[in-house]
Amino acid sequence: MLERGEVANSWRRERWDSLRLLTPNWQSRLPGLRYEGPDPDGYMTVGEVTEFIEHFATVSRAPVRTGANVTSVRRTDDGYHVTTSRGEIRCRAVVIASGACNQPSVPQFKDAVPASVEQLTPFDYRDPAKLPDGGVLVVGASATGVQLAAELQRSGRPVTLSVGEHARLPRTYRGRDVLWWMDASGVWDQRYDEVDDLTRARRLPSPQLVGTPERTTLDLNALASMGVELVGRWAAVRDSRALFSGGLRNVFSLADLKMERLLDTFDEWARTRGCDGGVDPPERFAQTPVPESTRLQLDLRSGEIRAIVWATGFRPDYGWLDVPVVDAKGQLRHEGGVVDSPGLYALGLPVLRRRKSTFIYGIEDDAREVIDHLTRYLAGRGHRLRAGHHLGAGR
Amino acid sequence: MTTVTNGVNVQALLDAREVLKGAPEAAQFTWRASAKWQSGVHSTIKVQSFFGLGEEQSHKEEWTFEADHPEVFAAEDNGITPIEYLLVGLASCLTGGIASVAENRGIQLRSVESVVEGGHDIRGILGADSDVRNGYNDIKVTFTIDADASKQEIEALVAQSQKRSAVFDALTNPTNVTVEVA
Repeated sequence: MLERGEVANSWRRERWDSLRLLTPNWQSRLPGLRYEGPDPDGYMTVGEVTEFIEHFATVSRAPVRTGANVTSVRRTDDGYHVTTSRGEIRCRAVVIASGACNQPSVPQFKDAVPASVEQLTPFDYRDPAKLPDGGVLVVGASATGVQLAAELQRSGRPVTLSVGEHARLPRTYRGRDVLWWMDASGVWDQRYDEVDDLTRARRLPSPQLVGTPERTTLDLNALASMGVELVGRWAAVRDSRALFSGGLRNVFSLADLKMERLLDTFDEWARTRGCDGGVDPPERFAQTPVPESTRLQLDLRSGEIRAIVWATGFRPDYGWLDVPVVDAKGQLRHEGGVVDSPGLYALGLPVLRRRKSTFIYGIEDDAREVIDHLTRYLAGRGHRLRAGHHLGAGR
Repeated sequence: MTTVTNGVNVQALLDAREVLKGAPEAAQFTWRASAKWQSGVHSTIKVQSFFGLGEEQSHKEEWTFEADHPEVFAAEDNGITPIEYLLVGLASCLTGGIASVAENRGIQLRSVESVVEGGHDIRGILGADSDVRNGYNDIKVTFTIDADASKQEIEALVAQSQKRSAVFDALTNPTNVTVEVA
């Protein structure tokens, strides 16, 4: 196992200070290791996640080689040649487990933002004190965007939040964590080959959730009541002015309707399973009200906005992968984790084999199936060697 | 389930989507209109040819539109005002979208009617107040839909049609516009 830094590196270096997991503690489990603390319904802090993963590395005796940054993976006649900052490795199979969030994804028009406005990505952000005093434009209303918008607004910086399509969820539903419902009702177990539109499912933004001891909901209604100003999706910069979409009302409708459909699914599941008694009665939440008028533009030179936080998502980085298995959009081509190159596999990507593939506990089933394929591949290698050889010779 | 017939060939659209995923160059269309000044603020606009799927295309016939201003603008009212054409475009785009999404979702439509209203402060175009914009301040579309579907499903149809509407996007997001003299 090659780790570019220390065990749980991205948790140590690429997370802001106040972040907690979105999944409750009881859901944070790895094979043979589960949460045994006093607060199963709480949410781990970054430090606790780091310890949890570190502990798993120890108890599972995972052969981790730390400080080994992979700079190249090449196909050879009988496998792969891996170049790392700690030397060369030849192997028959490779499992890519580097994740989908290696780089913040920021729109091109960031270059048109005046230099007087500071720009940060979630990788740069640690806490509000790092930002200048004054207004902040947070771009993106998925989990990262709503969390940072709330934290910055509380720090006394007036926040404007640019909202595109998003996934709205209450933190708790009928007395249970909403992620309990996702798990129990089987939504998260839905397999990649059962999903209607897999490309879309794999691109879904993270839901508007935050893990806090109070288990509060952090949707747009909560942010608006804190004083955060909501504007439409940031579409362009023209003459140093940010131009926002006038379609805010519809992204609210889409998210409200989608949440209602999901809650309907939960209710239906509870009714048919006869477990209505174990949970509170069904609830419905207020629609997201559209402000009387939303601003369509904002002068970035006026001094109103001193900093921009790009919470516009992340993308994987396969710059080190010298095997032609990445599509035009920078995503790995794979079928349920089996990459389109013999002996190459992936784990921990969105909806890799199930909707829960990217959750700490969600990877267990995926890992078993992917590794099962891998061991069959290695066992049948004598037979497949010629195909591998041919591919290698063709390069 | 009975067969839904809203008259939209959804299969052709879904097939086109699959084909164009692998051929983005064929998906590049250019729409055209040519206008000719008549007199006063009256002009005539003709639309027939367009480019798409890698070659010149044409409507079955040439369509002609008259644009003018009403008599309260001291004009002759030979046709609707240009800004009303935007409402025509928006209403027809959303309506077509609703029919397509309904067909795809197996929802039988019985009637789809809408009223589109655009709030316009004409002090902008008259130059009476430079703080007032020239275009619409807001646009409101109200649909009345009779279909074999729940209220929630109908709302989802309308939301999805906005999500996939060319004119909704063109009106709600900025577009680079170049106007030159040939």
